Amino acid sequence: MSNPPVLEFRGVTKRFGTLTANDDVSLTLQQGEVLALLGENGAGKTTLMNILFGHYQADEGDILVDGEVLPSGSTQAAINAGIGMVHQHFTLADNLTVLENITLGTESLWSWRQDQANSRKKLAAMISDYGLVVDPDAMVSELSVGERQRVEILKALYRDARILILDEPTAVLTPQESERLFATLKSITAKGLAIIFISHKLHEILAVSNRIAVLRRGAIVGTLETATSRREQLAELMVGRTVTRPKLSAIKPGDLVLEINDVSTGGTGATELKEIDLTLHQHEIVGIAGVAGNGQGTLADILSGLRSDFSGTIELNGQMLAAGNPRAIVASGVGRIPEDRHARGVVANMDIWENLISEDLRSDEICRAGFIIDGAGARVRAEKQIEDFDVRCKGPDAETRLLSGGNMQKLILARALSNTPSFILANQPVRGLDEGAIAYVQEQLLEARKRGAAILLISEDLDELMTLTDRIAVMSHGMLSSALPTGERSIAEIGLMMAGHGDQGGAKPGSLADGH
Amino acid sequence: MSDFIDILLTAGFWAATIRIVSPLIFGTLGELICERAGVLNLGIEGIMTVGAMSGWMWVYQGGDLWTGVLFAACMGAVFGLLHAVFTVHLGLSQHVTGIGITLFASSLSYFVYRMLLPDATTPPKIVPFQPIAVPWLSDLPIIGEALFTQSALTYLALLVVPMVWYVLFRTPVGLAVRMSGENPVAVEAQGINVLAVRTGAVMVGSAFMAVGGAFITMSWFDAFYFGMINGRGWICVALVIFASWRPGRALLGALLFAGLEAIQVRAQQSAGAFIPYQFFLMLPYVMSILAMIVMARKTKYPQALLVPFRRGERV
Amino acid sequence: MVIEPRETVSVWRAGLAPVWAILASLVICAVLISWAGASIPTAYSLLFKGAFGSAFALNETLTRSIPLIFTGLAVSVAFRAKFYNIGAEGQLYAGALAATFFGTGLVTLPPALMVPFLVIMGALAGGALLIVPVLLKTHLKVDEVVTTLLLNFVVLLVVSYLIEGPWKDPASLGWPQAASIIDEGVLPTLLAKGRLHFGLIIALFMAVIIWLMMRFTVQGYEIRAVGHNSRAAEFSGIKVNRTVIMTAMISGGLAGMAGVSETAGLKGYLTLDLSPGFGYTGIAVAMLAQLNPLAVVPAAIFLSAVYVGADAMSRAVNIPTYIADVLVGVSILAVLCSVMLSQYRIRWRA
Repeated sequence: MSNPPVLEFRGVTKRFGTLTANDDVSLTLQQGEVLALLGENGAGKTTLMNILFGHYQADEGDILVDGEVLPSGSTQAAINAGIGMVHQHFTLADNLTVLENITLGTESLWSWRQDQANSRKKLAAMISDYGLVVDPDAMVSELSVGERQRVEILKALYRDARILILDEPTAVLTPQESERLFATLKSITAKGLAIIFISHKLHEILAVSNRIAVLRRGAIVGTLETATSRREQLAELMVGRTVTRPKLSAIKPGDLVLEINDVSTGGTGATELKEIDLTLHQHEIVGIAGVAGNGQGTLADILSGLRSDFSGTIELNGQMLAAGNPRAIVASGVGRIPEDRHARGVVANMDIWENLISEDLRSDEICRAGFIIDGAGARVRAEKQIEDFDVRCKGPDAETRLLSGGNMQKLILARALSNTPSFILANQPVRGLDEGAIAYVQEQLLEARKRGAAILLISEDLDELMTLTDRIAVMSHGMLSSALPTGERSIAEIGLMMAGHGDQGGAKPGSLADGH
Repeated sequence: MSDFIDILLTAGFWAATIRIVSPLIFGTLGELICERAGVLNLGIEGIMTVGAMSGWMWVYQGGDLWTGVLFAACMGAVFGLLHAVFTVHLGLSQHVTGIGITLFASSLSYFVYRMLLPDATTPPKIVPFQPIAVPWLSDLPIIGEALFTQSALTYLALLVVPMVWYVLFRTPVGLAVRMSGENPVAVEAQGINVLAVRTGAVMVGSAFMAVGGAFITMSWFDAFYFGMINGRGWICVALVIFASWRPGRALLGALLFAGLEAIQVRAQQSAGAFIPYQFFLMLPYVMSILAMIVMARKTKYPQALLVPFRRGERV
Repeated sequence: MVIEPRETVSVWRAGLAPVWAILASLVICAVLISWAGASIPTAYSLLFKGAFGSAFALNETLTRSIPLIFTGLAVSVAFRAKFYNIGAEGQLYAGALAATFFGTGLVTLPPALMVPFLVIMGALAGGALLIVPVLLKTHLKVDEVVTTLLLNFVVLLVVSYLIEGPWKDPASLGWPQAASIIDEGVLPTLLAKGRLHFGLIIALFMAVIIWLMMRFTVQGYEIRAVGHNSRAAEFSGIKVNRTVIMTAMISGGLAGMAGVSETAGLKGYLTLDLSPGFGYTGIAVAMLAQLNPLAVVPAAIFLSAVYVGADAMSRAVNIPTYIADVLVGVSILAVLCSVMLSQYRIRWRA
């Protein structure tokens, strides 16, 4: 450690009210290395990077770049100091071109013209230097997820970043795209740049980093050399105890519950379904793998009752699904966990008891004389659901917006699972949750499986699918492969299929189970 | 029908159209700039009233015409700043704030007018902008009178359209404005202060609106009447949608409406006996609604229109 | 500057927000009053006396609050569903048109039936005026604010045409006004003296009905859910478009009732100055009431008092009556601000 660090955090502390998001964080980053920042959701990784980027100001501590203190609270200062950030949620404007997205902010706002010729030249050079191929004149809305990420990286490099920060960069990529990203990162560090790689996926961190800093509840709990680190040790450091995510027990599948037959939504776009077939049985969790935006959302919308404009048939327990009618679908024994808790799952400004009756609002149990809500009865029921699903709150009359993410998800579980549905649609049910809440949600799903429910689990996290499903189908460009028993396809094979290269529908004997 | 064609062929009709189009151009471009930055400005009706009153009052109190226009623009910018503080910095409802600004700005204009001229029974007059005949060009048949015998403020309006286009689509600051209306997070990530960009855009846009109002009292007419904006601001909001947020199309839309109004005035004189004048007066409002219906399916709204931005917000 | 949500909002803080807003508005208007050269305490005490200082003043204030209660309710219901109906002014006139159409001799019923009949017809007319804007919003995503605003101008011109043309009262000596409502349809006055009429009872009744609906019924639940988060409402099976359309009909209906009440209760006939902007003032009423239907009543009485009192004040100390309109505009902005400050705190560093 002879060189001075290119980036150093010194005792950075950040509080939000009573919550300490970052507690005395000290870190160093050396030139040419990849430092992994490991921590579960809510550990404070994003807050730390927001401080670095001036979105927040630290309550205590300093950040130094090349030994000089970085002025706090200024994104511009961070960029000028050579720090570039690739955000988890891409910060691109869909209706503008790649070039416009990249050059924004690189020229003086008061200049009377844009020097497009120069920017094109510079960009073209960088595209060939780093192999980050993308068309400068394409609209961002036309790009694939992988291409968008390249634009994000180019954006940082274009501004002469020497320190690159990637926040959960692989969350939306196929395994092969991730591999390609890792190769790009190697070529970037080879040119002398330093990288902070933020993730909660252990195998990636072990594959890509030189050193690992583990963040737990806002504090650094260990900094390790990657070469001498073990997976189990990291997992324990990250969560603070031995992690036991629930595992599947062998149960024989029962009767047919859901049969999707030849469902299409017309059109050729990536999100339009093309002749989908799938069956689910009792005691079965079937996973759907795929990169976001390949039709999973469309399928979920149809099964949730939000869309009815499709051809083909869907039968639930031998009856036609009440397409386009969420309440009838719920009444026929479907539990639904939506992809986005905040946008779709709850009405944050309404009370907890009100959110718990939203799906059966007009049922005889809740509704008196056809229009009056039985508030007392609904509160009694809500109290029981709150207790059954361990929702930590002040009671049924508390406002839903005050719940933490995990408790909000428990509330949605309470609503979806209370009346023992025979089919459960779980769309990204653990996204953004901490380990405790993840384990809770997964246990509940396994409990429902044991009871006899059929569960469709849509996830972008292959590790989750590998440990939690009986069968996996892969979705790509609106097409769904056959659902083979989990383990018959390797992660690499699934990755290829996610990218649209695999054979769709064909049953391929499993080569190896990767075991992640 | 032949009456109608006769109207279209007279130079007077075209001259009137070009004259009437000026406030619509300023108002529509002003609204367009605000909305490109992601802020709906429903204060437009009130801000045009402020511009009409303050510019006129400046001249009436002895100021000269051009500083009057400047004063109106500054007053517009002040109300734009108020709108921006509420909608951009505090993130409050753009709809409700805009309506509040309109009610506040127009009633304040009337209050100030009455304060300064308590005894005026008939509205006093000023000497407004006079038509300037561009040498040589104004001698051309029809378009000479229509295009080149207008007041300086009208020439300014026509000049401002390409200028706004250039700034929005060819300069770094225009890119920042458009990006703020599409994805403010992306702007912030590039080290540009979104709140400042939006505030600036709303202030500049509001200044445009106020100049549009000032045109009415300082060039088109020569006095300030109560209720003289009469929904022109709302028509501009509809025109922005009709124009799909493009300055060139905004000019076309404004011309269409101005033409309609010019025809209306003339048709009233010839057909007033058969069709009550109220139906002619209704035309611009009805057409505005129709224009929005026609464009509804095609337009691409700025994606962050109406979406407040809060720095580093924790979801 | 950073805006953070407060974790708990005390009932006090939330309830007091409109009070702060009113105080702030009064302070801002005080600046204008002192500019006009009047003493601020004198002006405000004149305003207060003009609004509440005598039985006559109180009667006028309550009379003038009737249309404001209706339009305030109309706006508060619509805003709850985030349907920004700024067209209460036009819907008021639509209700007045209906009252004039049915109430000037076309239909004759005994008073006990005639009054409800006119109220219902007015409500239907007010709702009907919103059909186009609401369908444009639900089916074509056309912003309802602009369409409802533009329709206000159209309706006024229709009224102008009718009372200068086919509906003009031959007995009006050339004034543009429609024929009088027949006696059976006139809302009775409540007191021996003054203009206070039965419309107040209808308005209070509607305030209670709307409050009960919003709070205890499935329909009220659906309106609130759609307003707070329409995507979540849709997910849970609420028919969002249907709810918005229903909300619009209720809102337009309430504003239409204001027109009936003014025509059949106060004036007796339709003129172009039936409403000095009650529809727009209704927005301020609803905002001050924080969209609570019961709170609409005191908010309407307050703003009515401002108008009535400002008339008296301006006669006495020579301040333009527009001061009342300024206060209405300022109060909308002030209440937006104060409600936000009751729910969020602003810190000046991150």
